[in-house]
Amino acid sequence: MANNTNSANKPVDFKKKHSKEEMKQQVITFALMIMFTLVAFGLVLAEVTSFFVIPILIILAIVQVLFQLYYFMHMKNKGHSMVSVMMFGGISIGILTIITFTTIIWW
Amino acid sequence: MSTALAQKRGLGAAIWDYLTTVDHKKIAQLYLVSGGIFFLIGGLEAMLIRIQLMQPNSDFISAGLYNEMITMHGTTMIFLAAMPLIFALMNAVVPLQIGARDVAFPFLNSLGFWLFLAGGLILNCSWFLGGAPDAGWTAYAPLSATSPGHGVDYYVIGLQISGAGTLIGGINFLVTIVNMRAPGMSYMRMPLFTWASFVTSNLILFAFPALTVGLFLLMFDRMFGSAFFDVGLGGNAIIWEHLFWIFGHPEVYILILPVFGAFSDIFSTFSTKRLFGYSAMVFATVLIGFLGFMVWAHHMFTTGLGPVANSIFAVSTMAIAVPTGIKIFNWLFTMWGGKIRMTSAMLWSIAFIPTFTIGGMTGVMLAAAAADYQYHDTYFVVAHFHYVIVGGVVFGFFAALHYWWPKMFGKVLNEKLGKLAFWPFFIGFHLTFFIQHFLGLMGMPRRYWTYQEGQGLDLGNLISTVGAFLMAIGTLIFVYNVIYTAMKEKKVSGDPWDGRTLEWSIPSPPPFYNFKQTPLVRGLDPLWIEKQDGKTGMTPAEPLGDIHMPNGSFLPFLMSLGLFIAGFGFIYQVDHKGWLALVFIGMGITLGSMLTRSLKDDLGYHVHKEELEEGGGNHES
Amino acid sequence: MSHDDVLNPKEMPHEPEKATHEGQNKFLGFWFFLGGETVLFASLFGTYLALNESNAQDPTRSEMFGLELVFIMTMLLLTSSLTSVYAMYHMKNNDFKKMQTWLAITVFLGLGFLGFEIYEFTHYIHEYEFTFQSSAMGSAFYTLVGFHGGHVLFGLLWITSLMLRNAKRGLNLYNAPKFYVASLYWHFIDVVWVFIFTVVYLMGKVG
Repeated sequence: MANNTNSANKPVDFKKKHSKEEMKQQVITFALMIMFTLVAFGLVLAEVTSFFVIPILIILAIVQVLFQLYYFMHMKNKGHSMVSVMMFGGISIGILTIITFTTIIWW
Repeated sequence: MSTALAQKRGLGAAIWDYLTTVDHKKIAQLYLVSGGIFFLIGGLEAMLIRIQLMQPNSDFISAGLYNEMITMHGTTMIFLAAMPLIFALMNAVVPLQIGARDVAFPFLNSLGFWLFLAGGLILNCSWFLGGAPDAGWTAYAPLSATSPGHGVDYYVIGLQISGAGTLIGGINFLVTIVNMRAPGMSYMRMPLFTWASFVTSNLILFAFPALTVGLFLLMFDRMFGSAFFDVGLGGNAIIWEHLFWIFGHPEVYILILPVFGAFSDIFSTFSTKRLFGYSAMVFATVLIGFLGFMVWAHHMFTTGLGPVANSIFAVSTMAIAVPTGIKIFNWLFTMWGGKIRMTSAMLWSIAFIPTFTIGGMTGVMLAAAAADYQYHDTYFVVAHFHYVIVGGVVFGFFAALHYWWPKMFGKVLNEKLGKLAFWPFFIGFHLTFFIQHFLGLMGMPRRYWTYQEGQGLDLGNLISTVGAFLMAIGTLIFVYNVIYTAMKEKKVSGDPWDGRTLEWSIPSPPPFYNFKQTPLVRGLDPLWIEKQDGKTGMTPAEPLGDIHMPNGSFLPFLMSLGLFIAGFGFIYQVDHKGWLALVFIGMGITLGSMLTRSLKDDLGYHVHKEELEEGGGNHES
Repeated sequence: MSHDDVLNPKEMPHEPEKATHEGQNKFLGFWFFLGGETVLFASLFGTYLALNESNAQDPTRSEMFGLELVFIMTMLLLTSSLTSVYAMYHMKNNDFKKMQTWLAITVFLGLGFLGFEIYEFTHYIHEYEFTFQSSAMGSAFYTLVGFHGGHVLFGLLWITSLMLRNAKRGLNLYNAPKFYVASLYWHFIDVVWVFIFTVVYLMGKVG
């Protein structure tokens, strides 16, 4: 059942500090995500040629999502190795599916 | 809360017990019984198909009924027989093999079963309510999108519900295997059946969502007027083909991998030898699972994907022969020099090797894209996939059931009857399907209702039908064996085969908490290691203490019942909007049950140490 | 040892969501489920990408889609993702009240998002007669975006019912995993939205 907690104060303090640190990173992440979103919308509004814009939009989206996964959803933390296996498994099959649907679905 | 320990009596109590059980061993029995019944129904459909094709120009059954028959035979066998039987084995064996007291999500485990059953029943209700689905088990659009009547609606709704159950079951086993292993049971000490179940659950997790989406699109097109497959509004039927096979090909491996695992355990036990090349076997299993996702378009070579796509998928398909070959050779080497015991389980396993190899060879033939234009949609394909599915999966079920029957029910299936069932089935199988290769090469297309006289197809089809009857006889003898064993055979010990893995270290059938004390695993084939050291059982990894067990629950049944009712609402609201009432009632029941589950604490109960001490020893020999 | 003692330890552990065996199972199982959801949404995206120019008689994407609304929706959902991070931060500090507050803000933002989405759909239907049935692209668009919207709705109901259920008794080791998993779900919804606004709206506008 439950692994009961450590009642000593020091590790708790350390952990609190640690999660505060983490919270700071998450706020920075959020600021970056908002920035990326602004850039993405800005590029489209500026009507840059689509040949150039589409790859950038996709890259920005991927980076944003990685931020979400690694910082907001804590995939960077310990104990997430199986989680990564499954997420990247799903992502690879998803990518394969999307490639298929953009290449060999024809008329 | 020791009431659960007390034996409940009476039929009503027993039924209630099974309706609310969250015990993986009982859920295994539920899967086994319902999967077995669907297997017999699917077999009956196969017999009707074979009787229809016994002679040219036959009209034993009408063309329309024949279409329903082939559709339901395929759908039933894959989704309603093979899948639940896989889950029956996984439920019965995996927690025991890893030394766990239960699965990770006992509640979801039971929900998975009841969803499967609800879906299966909906699908089969179609027979009595205006006609079964008739667009083939692959239900290709636009045929399936425009097929009149409600048949295909039943297909869509039934598979959607049972597919949800399968996905839930898959996640449950993934977490069980990752989180619930006994101390010392590292990944590379897991028995091959557990490994195979792990990879299979992965495939379920990633393959079934594609089917879910495909079924939704078809459902929206048929019931809510969307235009995914409606060319007039810009739709594209190829989307269904892709989604179906992105799911469908991994599905084949979902079926075959667990029986590969079972064969590995059986070969090693009955050769009294460690499995040859254990790590290569694990690697091959993972590789098959991995490659299984990159080959789906080999079902679509003639769709016209273009030479580049066809070549890529041809090469990746052929690559699967490599890990499969590794497995075949490792099984042979496991037997080589071993002290082989020819039990029924071993008989089925040995018969599997050449049979499956033939199926694999024709698979490589079919993988050659250019040649596939010739084979496509002929009986050659039918012969190929029956060689792998019957020769692999069904042989595997028979072998695994003989092997694990004592663990599930405490009695060894009668060996004489077991062998008596084997021979007609084995001979009948080859009679039925070997000749179909040639029928296919001569140009007989699959799914056709009948054929003309004097085209050289008469004799082959007759032989095939005779073989099918032999298979039916074999199956019936097996069913008789089950009844006979239940009535006449004596109880056996927990370890009738001189087993090597953890499930044989506990009594048969196991107590509901499986392991009184969690065992300490010291290597591959943990029980065998202890036996070599002169011990009779496993060394416990913990002192005797209270055991935490989950409470039974009626909610999984209710949730599935709700979807069952809502399913009919969805199907018939096309005719009259009044049927939407059923949708609301059904979804109300389901969502209400989900809310209850979410809000009401379910903390389980403890089996106390004192009760365990009274209950007798953990190690029975 | 009774359940109450186990589930309400004197001092909450640092990661209450993973302190019990059940919690660890739930954590892992839910992540795996999200792995499966990835394939589900990838299939929907694939379908949309295959059909996004099959608009039949409907206007094209760049004629229809307006970016202002999408921008506001994106900001709402992104912010709600951060607020649920704050909620989990306070869960780890065992500050139940603050956690509830941040969750309430999350729900509020999510409701705003949903409201705009419903407005957007009705706008397309009335202004352009662009419906689920009018073309293959319409079917694909409403299915993809609608599935996401359905996820948002489910997430809102889920988080709200968790908040109401536990309002009186506070945080313990039994409900902490539930909160954590619900917040993972909420982040995943945001992940999907990032791709929707990029692939459907921005790329649709670029053409």
